[in-house]
Amino acid sequence: MYPSFSLVGDRAIRMTFAREMSEQINADIRRTFHELKNKEQYPYIEEMIPGYTTLTVFYDPLIVQGINQMKTELMKAQKTHKEEFLTYRKITLPVLYGGDKGPDLSSVADYHNLNEEEVIHRHTSREYLVYMMGFAPGFPYLGGMDEGIATPRLKNPRRKVEQGSVGIAGKQTGVYSLTSPGGWQIIGRTPVSLFNKDEEVPSLLRSGDRLTFQSISQAEFDKIIHQDKKGIFEPRIEWKNDEGRKDDQDGEKKN
Amino acid sequence: MTALMKVIDPGLHTTIQDLGRHGYQEFGIGPSGPMDPWAFKLANLLAGNNQKEAVLEITMVGPTVLFMENTVISLAGANLSPTIDGKKVMMWQSIYVKKGQELRFGKPKHGARSYLAIAGGIQTDKILGSRATNVRAVLGGVDGEALNSRDEVPGIVLKDSILKKRGGKHLSHSLRAYYRPHQIVRVIPDEQAAFFTQDSQEDFYNETFKITAQSDRMGYRLEGKGLERKKDGEILSDAVAFGSIQVPRGGAPIILMADRQTTGGYPKIGTIISHDLWRVAQLLPGQTITFEKTTLEEAHRCLEAEANVCKVLEMAIKQR
Repeated sequence: MYPSFSLVGDRAIRMTFAREMSEQINADIRRTFHELKNKEQYPYIEEMIPGYTTLTVFYDPLIVQGINQMKTELMKAQKTHKEEFLTYRKITLPVLYGGDKGPDLSSVADYHNLNEEEVIHRHTSREYLVYMMGFAPGFPYLGGMDEGIATPRLKNPRRKVEQGSVGIAGKQTGVYSLTSPGGWQIIGRTPVSLFNKDEEVPSLLRSGDRLTFQSISQAEFDKIIHQDKKGIFEPRIEWKNDEGRKDDQDGEKKN
Repeated sequence: MTALMKVIDPGLHTTIQDLGRHGYQEFGIGPSGPMDPWAFKLANLLAGNNQKEAVLEITMVGPTVLFMENTVISLAGANLSPTIDGKKVMMWQSIYVKKGQELRFGKPKHGARSYLAIAGGIQTDKILGSRATNVRAVLGGVDGEALNSRDEVPGIVLKDSILKKRGGKHLSHSLRAYYRPHQIVRVIPDEQAAFFTQDSQEDFYNETFKITAQSDRMGYRLEGKGLERKKDGEILSDAVAFGSIQVPRGGAPIILMADRQTTGGYPKIGTIISHDLWRVAQLLPGQTITFEKTTLEEAHRCLEAEANVCKVLEMAIKQR
């Protein structure tokens, strides 16, 4: 029976929505997440972390009125608004592919017998869903990559991968939000910061966003990185709702 | 803001910590905060502060600091042989110190982490609502780093009449923590324990594990009987908590500590109850730990008792 509850220690409870990840489950988790953000109604909730198939709710044990009462309320929250369409953000992230910013683009191309332009084309023609955030500040776990460019991780991870690097690891693609060691195949770099500690909302992305990558030139890269440092670059963000998306899915089912 | 302390020598790893940067885990930003929340709170209460003020967390080899104003400090947690101007000072008490005096630490005697609070609390800039240092994300503290030589630690200058009242408070012996080289900690099992064989699930609670040298504010790597998986495949990444015990494929458990990532992809066999985290935080590499199964009800009873002790203590310290 979903969602099911399980304990993560004495200050967090995990709601599991399904066994497998899917866009539908992600939307269910997101609806519940937004409902539970209502501080007045759920004063005991400190924060929440959405996962692929889970929503983990961190609570204050000194405020909560019994664990069973909490489960009942969480269950109810999960049922609310179930039929409503969700709004989501579509964000376009500029990327300079190849060259010194994407040192593994050629090996990814070779791996699939493609040329570099074809890899870039495949990487920029998909819309990716931010399933969850984690691993590092501002780091998105993305789903939806073209499996035709799926490439194993590097045999020898790099000691230092620059912030903004766009990589491929197996069937996943992602963006390094901070400079860190890493073993992903780096195919490009975005000049846009995904994490900014001085912003009220310090992360550009959040769970449920849709992301597309747009190929840019070196000149555009230089211009944007300059604007981003000054805090005046605004990536393209469109608000949408999933009404159209739902029709698409129904269509898929019929086929 | 006035500089209250100047760092002459930073020691091994001295960081500014408050209760943590909460509310940003949905963006992958971990809370950080004190490794030993109990000693952290007691240090603050002894200095006459509320429980949440920013303090110094000192790891094994302590710093040398010069006081630039008269103030009151308190020391709680590990005994790292503190001295002021060469004279030994006791742990678990508040001390009136004068401008120009120097605090040093010596040989670590018991425990791993000591907390130094100053009256009024450390007043560095808040980043995302907190002063807690997160070295990996370069947040909080002084420039997002552990303390360096010549750093100045800002605070509030209080009147000498107030300071003199705040000094000389001792914590009753019954409330002090004792740091033994072996600790038993209580764990709430995770449903992901089902990833491990029945034998390994039992081994986890019967065997003794050793703290390895690969242990820091992010996590403690343990050495001991390896835990075997029953089934293949990984969990889908999900949230972890302070004290969660995750087990990578190699079978050696990792206890996730204050600077943990927000999510993890390894199955968790359980999570240590909040009340027992101080026991882990004070263990040194080479020392040992065993795990005991417990219930949520017991964990919450411990937290309530802890909160009551703090309340009583806060009143007692303020009244005297």
